[in-house]
Amino acid sequence: MEALSLPAALSLVAGGGAGLSPELRAALGASLPLLQRDYRFERVWFWGCIQGVRGAYYIAQGLGPDRAAPRSRLYSLNCLDWSLLTPATEEMLALAEEVKGRFQGDPSFEYSLAEINPEAAARLVQSGKEPVMKEEARLIATIEQIDRAVGIVPRGAFVKTPLGSVHENRHFEGLSLVEAKKLSSYFHFTEPTDLKNKTLLEKADLDPSTDFLNSLEHDIPQGKGSWSIQLEKGGSVVVLRSLLWLGLTFYHVPMTKQFGYVYFGTGEKNLDLPFML
Amino acid sequence: EGGHGPYQPHEPGYGLDQPGYSPYEDEIPDAQARMLAIKNAKAYLLKTSTKSGLNLYDHFATILTKILDEQPANTVDIIETISQDVKWAQFRKKMDTLRDEHLIPPTFEAAEKCKALFIKEAGEEEHEELDEEMGEPALPNVMETAFYFEQAGIGLSKDECYYIFLAFKNLISVQPIQTCRFWGKILGLEMNYIIAEVQLREGEEEEEEREGEEEETVAEEKEMGEGEEEEEQKEKEPEPPKSTYKPPPEIPKEANGTGTNKYVYFVCNEPGKPWVKLPPVTPAQIVCARQIKKFFTGRLDAPIVSFPPFPGNEANYLRAQIARISAGTHVSPTGFYQFPEDEEEEEGGDTYEENPEFEPPPVAEMVESLAMWAHHVKGILKQGRCVWINPAQKSEEDEEEGEEEEEEEEEEHQEETGQPLLTLISEDEGMKNIPAWTAQASTNLIPEYSIAILQSNRWPGAYAFASGRKFENIYFGWGHKYSPESHTPALPPPAEAEFPSEPGITEAADPTVEEELAFKAAQEEALAEAEEEEEEEGEDD
Repeated sequence: MEALSLPAALSLVAGGGAGLSPELRAALGASLPLLQRDYRFERVWFWGCIQGVRGAYYIAQGLGPDRAAPRSRLYSLNCLDWSLLTPATEEMLALAEEVKGRFQGDPSFEYSLAEINPEAAARLVQSGKEPVMKEEARLIATIEQIDRAVGIVPRGAFVKTPLGSVHENRHFEGLSLVEAKKLSSYFHFTEPTDLKNKTLLEKADLDPSTDFLNSLEHDIPQGKGSWSIQLEKGGSVVVLRSLLWLGLTFYHVPMTKQFGYVYFGTGEKNLDLPFML
Repeated sequence: EGGHGPYQPHEPGYGLDQPGYSPYEDEIPDAQARMLAIKNAKAYLLKTSTKSGLNLYDHFATILTKILDEQPANTVDIIETISQDVKWAQFRKKMDTLRDEHLIPPTFEAAEKCKALFIKEAGEEEHEELDEEMGEPALPNVMETAFYFEQAGIGLSKDECYYIFLAFKNLISVQPIQTCRFWGKILGLEMNYIIAEVQLREGEEEEEEREGEEEETVAEEKEMGEGEEEEEQKEKEPEPPKSTYKPPPEIPKEANGTGTNKYVYFVCNEPGKPWVKLPPVTPAQIVCARQIKKFFTGRLDAPIVSFPPFPGNEANYLRAQIARISAGTHVSPTGFYQFPEDEEEEEGGDTYEENPEFEPPPVAEMVESLAMWAHHVKGILKQGRCVWINPAQKSEEDEEEGEEEEEEEEEEHQEETGQPLLTLISEDEGMKNIPAWTAQASTNLIPEYSIAILQSNRWPGAYAFASGRKFENIYFGWGHKYSPESHTPALPPPAEAEFPSEPGITEAADPTVEEELAFKAAQEEALAEAEEEEEEEGEDD
């Protein structure tokens, strides 16, 4: 969620019970603008918080002029001192899938891969590295996975220019109440994969400037999907909660420009989803 | 043409902006023809489209008016969207009346319900006087609790908390409530649940039980009457063999006011909606709830489709999860509660009272050592109850024949014991290398005013805080237990085995015709021989 509209946004997602203490909010209000100045980001988003067993990680994202470019991510243990995270690599993502369980809360903690997955450990040893995975790498990979899987934006909020870069749509005035209840009005904010699979008939209806991303309707499991859509306060806020990554909450106030998502959770994928629906 | 400023006589292009001298002179007709061309162009622009009834002239006029009114930056980049919006605005005007009717109700209805919470009834002043006489108010101070939890970053928005506060006030005025507490909020797919933990005043519960029993006996009598009629009819028809399967005896649920049913729970979907009372929980429901993991939909009458089949609907499942969460995560500072000194300490002691001599330890100690916290709700045994009961003892309602069979088939039920009531939470087992609880102070910067916060790792979403003499438990979450491994659903029971083979029923091939004839021939030969022998013997005589 936008750093500048953080207080209002936090009260809109508080329906899930998770939030930030006044101390942390005040700290964020002071440190996020400084981040923007130091790293010369155009926008700073507060991504959320991953609860470890002994401590929590607070994550912020910085965006450059092209909103769809890979984002810089920073983490902090106290919302004041931020450290930049390296971009995620495919190798990190593959290793992070193996590691299960809670985050420990200590960035230098090392997961011993020999116990978890001996083959991956053997591969690492062969390539000359130790068979461990640092919690920091797991953090990077988890954030990337969450963003790819459930980072969503409303339809029409972002436009793609003919040059290929993506900007906020200044003409976006919010979804209507009817549109806001439909899963097809929201897009994953990552590289689209579904667009080529659509039939020509569907493609004819698409507007290439706004419909350049995957919509949510095709999220597995089909039918009920992996999202819970609720209208709170009698329809003045629409809140989507992901069932695949429990803790991700997206909010949007229909007919206004306010929207955003935040993650408050343990950083674990809910693999039991098919049994729970 | 002609937009490049006054040309000096020495520059090329001088004089070209005069009429009659521009480079396009041969293309522009003379004045008369030009006026006609302009009129034609304007008529073309004014042509109404056959599809939409708009014309380009008005459309451009509206766009330019809008642009000049609003003066957005970088207009040329967004001109297409502006054009689209103007067109959309045209359509909206026609369909206005229809849309208004659809859109307005939900938001405003909910707002009206919230407003209704704020209305104070006329007869409330009398109630307030009574409460002062009776002692402690039953209404919990939700806002105070919310303040403390907010220090830890847990809790709902202030508005929602206040609505819940008012909803509790309504609940208390409607139901006969002795004590009341905000238990927490459980999220669901379509709607959420706000849960109140309540102790009803003593007389009221018995009345409700009796009503329930009366209803049950009336129903049984009706069934008996119908059964007799059916039996008379059936005597004429041969009855199919009755199965000799006797299901294992049902474990009785705990009485209201003890064990898992110590408190009564009321739920509502949103503050402002009516409160619904949840039914008491039975041990079978708890045992089944341990084996399944389902999201709540938000509707209390939704069926739970699962294996093993859950005995009940969502209201029962919700009640079972609430019971499990309360038993697992309701804690208080050690020493706050104590066993009453008058009664002897029984292992199954269910009562506790506040310790008037409790000295709250400093916050730093509460955070460092988990031994400063203790459970004040009894844990649930495997059986699904807090107090173990031997299911074989219950044989009041069975027939006399049944009793004999039961005694023969009685299995040895091992008595289960759980931990006694006020156990310290440091004895809770962790999972793998994760402790069962995480303790933190709310702030490190201002230690004098920080409070101790406990988060449960076994039930993510369960929190507890302690500050001086105040403490409270709360739950915000989806209502499921944390398991390091993925949830594995129970396998279906093995298929029924076939009847064991015995010689009497083992298959054997029927004798073929040849074998039968041979056998018959052999028998006849034997008979013939026997007759010959008899004849020989007869002749001898």
